[in-house]
Amino acid sequence: MPFFGFKGGIHPQYNKSATSGCAVERLAVKAGDIVSIPLSQHIGAPAKAVVTKGQQVKKGELIAEAAGFISSPVHSSVTGKVLGIASVIHPMAGRVEGISIEAECDDEDFVPAPDTETFQKAVQAAGITGLGGASFPSHVKLSPPKEVDTLLINGAECEPYLTCDHRMMIERSLDIVKGAVLIQKNLKIKNLIIAIEKNKPASIALFRKMEKEYGFELIPLDVKYPQGGEKQLIKACTDRIVPEGKLPLEVGVIVHNVGTAAAVYDAVEHKKPLFERVVTVTGAVRNPKNLLVPIGTPISRLIEECGGFIGVPRKIVMGGPMMGLAVSSMETPVIKGTSGILVYRQEDLPDLKQTPCIRCGRCVDACPMALVPSAMDRYVVREMYEALEEYHVMNCIECGCCTYVCPARRTLASGFRTSKRHILRMIKEREANNA
Amino acid sequence: MPDRLLVTFSPHDRDTVTTDKIMMDVVIALIPVMLASVYFYGYYAVKGYLLTTLFCMGFEYAFNKILKQPCSLRDNSALLTGVLLSMNMPAGAPWWAMLCGAFVAIVMSKQVYGGLGQNPFNPALVARIFLLIAWPAEMTSWVKPGGSFFFDAVSSATPLGLTKADIIAHGQIMAHNVSTYSDQIFGNVSGCLGGDGAIFVLVGGAYMLSRRIITWHIPVTFIGTVFIFSGIVWLIAPHRALDPFMHIISGGVMLGAFFMATDYVTSPINKKAQLIFGIGCGVITCLIRIYGSYPDGVGFAILIMNAFVPLMDKYMRPVSFGEVRA
Repeated sequence: MPFFGFKGGIHPQYNKSATSGCAVERLAVKAGDIVSIPLSQHIGAPAKAVVTKGQQVKKGELIAEAAGFISSPVHSSVTGKVLGIASVIHPMAGRVEGISIEAECDDEDFVPAPDTETFQKAVQAAGITGLGGASFPSHVKLSPPKEVDTLLINGAECEPYLTCDHRMMIERSLDIVKGAVLIQKNLKIKNLIIAIEKNKPASIALFRKMEKEYGFELIPLDVKYPQGGEKQLIKACTDRIVPEGKLPLEVGVIVHNVGTAAAVYDAVEHKKPLFERVVTVTGAVRNPKNLLVPIGTPISRLIEECGGFIGVPRKIVMGGPMMGLAVSSMETPVIKGTSGILVYRQEDLPDLKQTPCIRCGRCVDACPMALVPSAMDRYVVREMYEALEEYHVMNCIECGCCTYVCPARRTLASGFRTSKRHILRMIKEREANNA
Repeated sequence: MPDRLLVTFSPHDRDTVTTDKIMMDVVIALIPVMLASVYFYGYYAVKGYLLTTLFCMGFEYAFNKILKQPCSLRDNSALLTGVLLSMNMPAGAPWWAMLCGAFVAIVMSKQVYGGLGQNPFNPALVARIFLLIAWPAEMTSWVKPGGSFFFDAVSSATPLGLTKADIIAHGQIMAHNVSTYSDQIFGNVSGCLGGDGAIFVLVGGAYMLSRRIITWHIPVTFIGTVFIFSGIVWLIAPHRALDPFMHIISGGVMLGAFFMATDYVTSPINKKAQLIFGIGCGVITCLIRIYGSYPDGVGFAILIMNAFVPLMDKYMRPVSFGEVRA
């Protein structure tokens, strides 16, 4: 299929060169290292702890089980002793319940996941969630209630700075393809597409070699942010438009990140639970790296592994610069959805002084969802949520393109994000009244 | 170890373009026009630019001070309004007209609406039309381009003014009153400081297009409409209308299409609406020029279309991605 592209989007400074050539290094666990693993790793029900304080656990051992269908179990990422089940720092939710474990040694082996009847159950048992950032439990996506004709493997990695997917695609290309084929075979999906942005030519070359043998289609994508957004990627690769408020399933597509495909392969072939992931550590650190990190490791440990800060850090972002979350503590743990740690000094940060909107329309041109951020911003300021709803704010994917291009430095996307919560509540109330 | 980390919403990076840089870029794009007008009008042009920008920035500062607002001079918008206003005045305009114009532009048509970004009408054009109606004699006391920096002002009519007078007096255009293409293109005719000299406006326009400050939509539809409309009239009644080339390179069409109609604040935000906006500007300009009592109608045309912008923005909202329209 040709490359169809999508409307809107931006071309930020990608700044990937600091780590794009760095092979993934395994972060060696030292005795005494403490990991704190939040029980909520994603949207959906938090997992239920099945260990008690003082208990010895091995790497890969189940420490919390899934609480329902939209829930994933959690496994220990180190071999050691459970310090306690208490509130731990969470990058998104402030503080949540979590399990702290003190490592005793750097264990090479892990406890394999249990045998299961179905493919989906195997994926759930391994605790796999989307590794692209949204961290939705993968087995849910792999249980489509409708027919799916296309599986799209997302190797766009459109976020600036991040190179973890790029390194995965270079170092584990065969595993990614095998994982993708596993999903394709088990769900009986006709087409398999692997999409990679053209700023990763090394990855594209590797996948090009396997294209025939494994029967997938490789689509090199013209570089543009937010190409890796689910709806944008589907539009770019298949020219299908996911209706507003609907899932990709509606147009017969499911999208999985390359990292998730590799994790599925590990789970099915090696019974390996998801207890570690690759994280790009970059920005103002001495030696930027791509690290394979046990889930629950605090940021401070990653920074230490990268030789410490350059200068005085002012802002630390978990994820990329466009959609990542600024964290308030150096002890915030890496979770399943953490793709990067980005350190800013004061001098790296843009001047954020706001001025009035001059209606230049840059946000309108940049919006990949064809919204009118400048007009919507006026309603955000006045808290006019009904009007915002009419302007389809619920269709906003919070990619941050509008905020990025705004010459008046208006905080457009964050206003929409907070407004969406109000509107969701409003819609619920309306439905309750109508019922 | 840092003890306090900054926490903000994403995105954490920003584009380098800011409002003040955009405004400054527009001023830079106007430099060719400014230089050309200084070449033709010497001292009169320098005086016009200096006084009007000074007055505009002065009123902006004074308004900020009186209302105890933060100083908004740094966004360069008052500077730009000043330059555009003086380009919309004849070279021989008296200093008090500049002062009144600056007051109308900055205070009455921008600040009272809430400052930058809030005004419905283009400030420089509101001031121009105000002056034109209040002091028609001073605002049409055109100066013939001189040969040196200091020269004695010799009054002369503009080419568009002459053709209008011909039509009123004789019912047709007298050939000897029509200026040459080259004089029009380089601005060697009497008129507003920035009015003629199409080639210099185009250079500035090209600069703005290359810097992605404006898009082609408004200038192309505006100029194109004037060309087609006046062309049709010219084909039907050549004695009553100038030829279409003359129409687009005379008066305020070029400056208006590239610098006034494209003003972000007072033009539609989405591209389809911009096309309609440009066409509307072109049609009204021609209607006034050919059938109205004023020689040029660019200022009125843009202001009239400005009034439709809120409506166009409201009813021409782009279809959101995946939106199902009932």
